[in-house]
Amino acid sequence: MKSAVLVFPGSNCDRDLAVAIEQVTGRAPEMVWHRTSELPDGTDFIAIPGGFSYGDYLRSGAMAARSPIMGAVAEAANRGVPVLGICNGFQVLTEAGLLPGVLMRNAGLHFVCRSVGLKVENSQSIFTSAYQAGEDISIPVAHHDGNYQADADTLDRLEGDGRVAFRYRGDVNGSARSIAGILNGQGNVLGMMPHPERALETAHGNTDGRRLFEGLLEAVA
Amino acid sequence: MKARVFVTLKPGVLDPQGKAIHHALEGLGFAGVEDVRAGKLIELELAEGTSDADIEAMCRKLLANTVIENFKIERLAAA
Repeated sequence: MKSAVLVFPGSNCDRDLAVAIEQVTGRAPEMVWHRTSELPDGTDFIAIPGGFSYGDYLRSGAMAARSPIMGAVAEAANRGVPVLGICNGFQVLTEAGLLPGVLMRNAGLHFVCRSVGLKVENSQSIFTSAYQAGEDISIPVAHHDGNYQADADTLDRLEGDGRVAFRYRGDVNGSARSIAGILNGQGNVLGMMPHPERALETAHGNTDGRRLFEGLLEAVA
Repeated sequence: MKARVFVTLKPGVLDPQGKAIHHALEGLGFAGVEDVRAGKLIELELAEGTSDADIEAMCRKLLANTVIENFKIERLAAA
């Protein structure tokens, strides 16, 4: 699998994500600077890391979503290339219009940084096929703007079409219907606030995130 | 030529920052504050002849996230 990790000014989980991808796929991803307007030839997985791109100026993810590389990401996503946005990456995907809804300031106003319980809602997607539907997993979150909101019709559609990938067990940040991660209509774009790359090896204290990358590898390879 | 863009949350969208400001005002003893909504003011210095349509496109493409925000454009007369 030939992966690309996007890097924006202010990304800070790009290297963790690269390590996770290399450990699982056996191949180091290309680190792609946001000013480039093309992805490396043959890229078959795009990962958008967490962090604070552009210092969260204007809105979290807003500036990154309009940077030159995102045209190529949208084009690849339309072709069916898997795109995973974690935390700030999820914010970038909503700002870029590749996923519906918005991520607002946490309802409690506090930065939340801890492991949270998640329920796997959809185990049929290319990202979640190594999990069981309804399974309880635990993955760390670290965000200030993770409060997922969309209008009721959009939320109904997401739920009806099985596009809610993960839900929080309990309230973490005020997200509508406890949504922690969603898929696009085609099922090849996943945005999620929790950080699977931080739950990858036993030294992390938890390996629940590993299967996301393993399942994806199996689906793509 | 100058224009000001006011970006505000749509009615009904939860505004945690506005709520925090509201609580702080109450904490300072100001009575009678019934609600607070926080927004943004963005000032643009523009070339003469920039059209309303151009400014509106700027708002839709970047300055506001129209899923949750409204915007209002105000052109300022030259000083």
